[in-house]
Amino acid sequence: MAGKNSTVVERRSDRELVVTRTFDGPAHIVFEAWSRPELFQRWWVPKTLGVPLRACEMDVRTGGGYRLEFGLDAANSMAFFGKYIDVTPPSRIVWTNEEAGEVTVTTVTFEPQGDKTRLVLSELYPSKEACDEAITGSAAGLPEQFEQLDVLLVELVA
Amino acid sequence: MGLRAADWRSIMNHMVQYSAARLDVSFAALSDATRRGVLEQLGRGEASITALAERFNMTLTGMKKHVSVLEQAGLVVTEKVGRVRTCRLGVGGLEDEAAWIEKYRRRWELRFDGLDEIIEELKQKEDQDGRKE
Repeated sequence: MAGKNSTVVERRSDRELVVTRTFDGPAHIVFEAWSRPELFQRWWVPKTLGVPLRACEMDVRTGGGYRLEFGLDAANSMAFFGKYIDVTPPSRIVWTNEEAGEVTVTTVTFEPQGDKTRLVLSELYPSKEACDEAITGSAAGLPEQFEQLDVLLVELVA
Repeated sequence: MGLRAADWRSIMNHMVQYSAARLDVSFAALSDATRRGVLEQLGRGEASITALAERFNMTLTGMKKHVSVLEQAGLVVTEKVGRVRTCRLGVGGLEDEAAWIEKYRRRWELRFDGLDEIIEELKQKEDQDGRKE
């Protein structure tokens, strides 16, 4: 697609990954798409993944919690959960991921740039190992599976 | 909020059909003598698509197709520098961090493409509501 905004990823430290992307809309709209559950679940999991979102509870305010559950049925499902540490409309959302036992903190900021918004998302992992794991995965063989899925997704999305 | 790279991997574990599909793709890629020859050649060192086409006495278009099949099977990775696309053997689980970061980036990119659509919808709705008032 011509003129698509580019997604840039940078490993800022041993523990931190930063994703930057500009969106063609004002910050309050971008914030809305992140903070209203019915909108959020439409884009967070690409349809082409093929795994349905079984449950999506999001109480998007400072101190609120969330829980997302993916899977085909109850026996084959995975839950992700945590808390919103800071929700400041329309400029900032900070949440934790606690399902792994350790806490990962994700900070998203929405910076107005004219009628566009620059989004910066930072994932701060509890340790270098957890960050490495997030990027590389530890199990052998799975990278190819990823590759395969990426190809599939790209084909389906194209 | 879920679906970091590690989370994707766990979900993938539930998706056995993709493993089967992946094997199909790998076997299909290896079923062709030219493609096996290309892998053998790349085992000796990286090469451009042009060089591979010459080596196997093929058209550039024909070689591009073979390389694309190998690439989709994860057996070969390619990188374009200037006007030259260089091929080398895929190294499976030993890929370097740059390659991983690229995959991580692509996952966010896919997600953000979906977000673009929703932002566009919300903008249009806001414009319409604005006109009504």
